[in-house]
Amino acid sequence: MKILVCIKQVPDMESKFKVAASGTWYDTADLAWRMNEYDEYAVEQAVQVKEQVGDADLTVLCIGGDQVKETMKKALAMGCDRGAHVADDKAAEKEPFEIAGIIAEFARDKQFDLIFTGMQSQDRGSAQVGVLVAEMLGIPSISTIVQFAYADGRIETRRELEGGVKAVVKTTVPALVTCQLGLNTPRYPTLPNIMKAKKKELLSLPVADLLKVDARQATAKMYFPAKKGGGLVLEGEIGQLADQLIQILKEKTGVLA
Amino acid sequence: MKILLVAEYRDGKLLGSVNELIAFAAKMGADSAMFVVGSEAALPAYAGKLYLAEASACGEFNPDVHKQLLLDVVAKEQPEMIAFCHSSYGWDLAPRLAFALKAAQVSEVVEVEDGALVVPACNAKLRRAVAPKTKQIVVTLQAGAFGLAEAPSGSPTVEKIGGGGGGRLEFGGYEAAEAGGVDLTKAEIIVSAGRGIGKPENVAMIAALAKALKGEYGASRPVVDSGWVEHKRQVGTTGQTVTPKLYLACGISGAIQHLAGMKKSEFIIAINTDKDAPIGDVADVLVVADLKQFVPLLTEKIMAL
Ligand SMILES: Cc1cc2nc3c(=O)[nH]c(=O)nc-3n(C[C@H](O)[C@H](O)[C@H](O)COP(=O)(O)OP(=O)(O)OC[C@H]3O[C@@H](n4cnc5c(N)ncnc54)[C@H](O)[C@@H]3O)c2cc1C
Ligand SMILES: Nc1ncnc2c1ncn2[C@@H]1O[C@H](COP(=O)(O)O)[C@@H](O)[C@H]1O
Repeated sequence: MKILVCIKQVPDMESKFKVAASGTWYDTADLAWRMNEYDEYAVEQAVQVKEQVGDADLTVLCIGGDQVKETMKKALAMGCDRGAHVADDKAAEKEPFEIAGIIAEFARDKQFDLIFTGMQSQDRGSAQVGVLVAEMLGIPSISTIVQFAYADGRIETRRELEGGVKAVVKTTVPALVTCQLGLNTPRYPTLPNIMKAKKKELLSLPVADLLKVDARQATAKMYFPAKKGGGLVLEGEIGQLADQLIQILKEKTGVLA
Repeated sequence: MKILLVAEYRDGKLLGSVNELIAFAAKMGADSAMFVVGSEAALPAYAGKLYLAEASACGEFNPDVHKQLLLDVVAKEQPEMIAFCHSSYGWDLAPRLAFALKAAQVSEVVEVEDGALVVPACNAKLRRAVAPKTKQIVVTLQAGAFGLAEAPSGSPTVEKIGGGGGGRLEFGGYEAAEAGGVDLTKAEIIVSAGRGIGKPENVAMIAALAKALKGEYGASRPVVDSGWVEHKRQVGTTGQTVTPKLYLACGISGAIQHLAGMKKSEFIIAINTDKDAPIGDVADVLVVADLKQFVPLLTEKIMAL
């Protein structure tokens, strides 16, 4: 069985962002980077399927500059067998259709039985790449899954809907699923597995070989939203902060009155 | 400009988000037509043309078939834009349609500024104005971003469209959210724990503050996904929508899906170490502090009153 999982490296969302000089993306300097949260669930699920079926080969793919290899190593340490790094310093500004095009081009002749992606990336958040890849490859896809089971060439999933309602959806492989938060409990790589991961294959491919589609949209401008609300911001020593807050609760809410 | 609005129908009901689609078309100053796989027994208040396929015949969830039906309507109506809600139905179907139409898709539009479609980035800390390059475009709209001043009126001119079974996905029905337990929607005071609490043991400190305030405690999704708090207490689009008198968000960043569940609270207090956290946009008071020190101290002072 052949499995592919696609991951993206994103900044920690608690970072202090700045708009880049180009005005069309955020400045990538001085940010802490990590695996897109949704993709951690995708990797975990892919590894679980591999462990279940035994005879499986699991590739992790990531498009980005050299720095994404750090994040790929985490996926290898979680249990992926090999890494396919699509080297592209300009990946951040590529739109979902281009990213999906690259992934589909990579996957086209490799007969993956299962492809896992995240439901969305935390920085761009388009929630498109996974479903687009499946459309490009002509295989069925199920988005936003919170439960997954594989048996005998079939998958059974629960899609998450609004209000916590779930829809039971099944299909046959080859298929692609996009993973939602809470799908499983992503494992922490153990030290021995981190050591082992260093020896795993991590091949870099030039993006030019795989990018065969044209962009359908561009970012005209990136900017900070105007601050809404204009609520009160309290900073300082916590004892005083607590007293201030109690005063506000008494005056404004009647909660402690 | 003409926009084709894709309404949603689930479990026998037309979803209220249809009004947001109508509001969006109005905001764009566009003509519109509507599409829904639903039922004649659940029509929207909408003074326009409605293409209706019966869900009983083609399935409520059957993206392959819904896509094909949409393609037929798009061929007939030739809209410049096709608009979905950014919902579990919309973000699933929109890319399938965009791919078939060779159209650009712009996801989660929050506003239209000088004709440009604006979407959030990086947990809503940033905004992005998008310039599509294709003539026809597909958009999904962020829940709650567009609203009507008045409820829409009128009845649609219905054109029934056919469509049978088929499709590669097998839909096996719905599973309801867990029932029973606490009902947060009735609570007047809610103190919620976010990922910022750091570890499960710290749920107790949030529960203690809730108790001191004679309220209930809630949680954001990561806290629930980690199994630290039961799902019944989750606030947000995939949890509960609450409107208490007082909502205290502790270590919650303020992602749109969380805000959707609590932003109508009467008074909102946020406790966060990150002064720029988006929760600040809806908070009446943002206390910049480490909750692990601040929350126990606040609880103690309230108990001593
Ligand atoms: C389809 C969909 C549905 C979703 N439904 C929901 C939903 O119903 N409800 C929901 O909540 N989320 C939902 N989410 C997830 C949502 O997008 C966010 O991922 C989630 O709300 C983040 O939770 P959080 O704010 O607790 O965590 P984070 O975003 O990680 O934020 C943690 C915050 O804690 C602060 N912090 C850290 N340490 C401290 C400290 N010591 N003291 C004080 N502050 C601290 C940080 O500055 C940060 O702001 C959904 C997502 C999707 C895609
Ligand atoms: N640069 C990338 N490299 C590999 N996979 C990606 C990349 N960008 C997005 N993806 C995948 O596509 C999913 C959805 O991303 P998006 O459509 O940008 O929200 C992510 O969760 C990843 O699985």
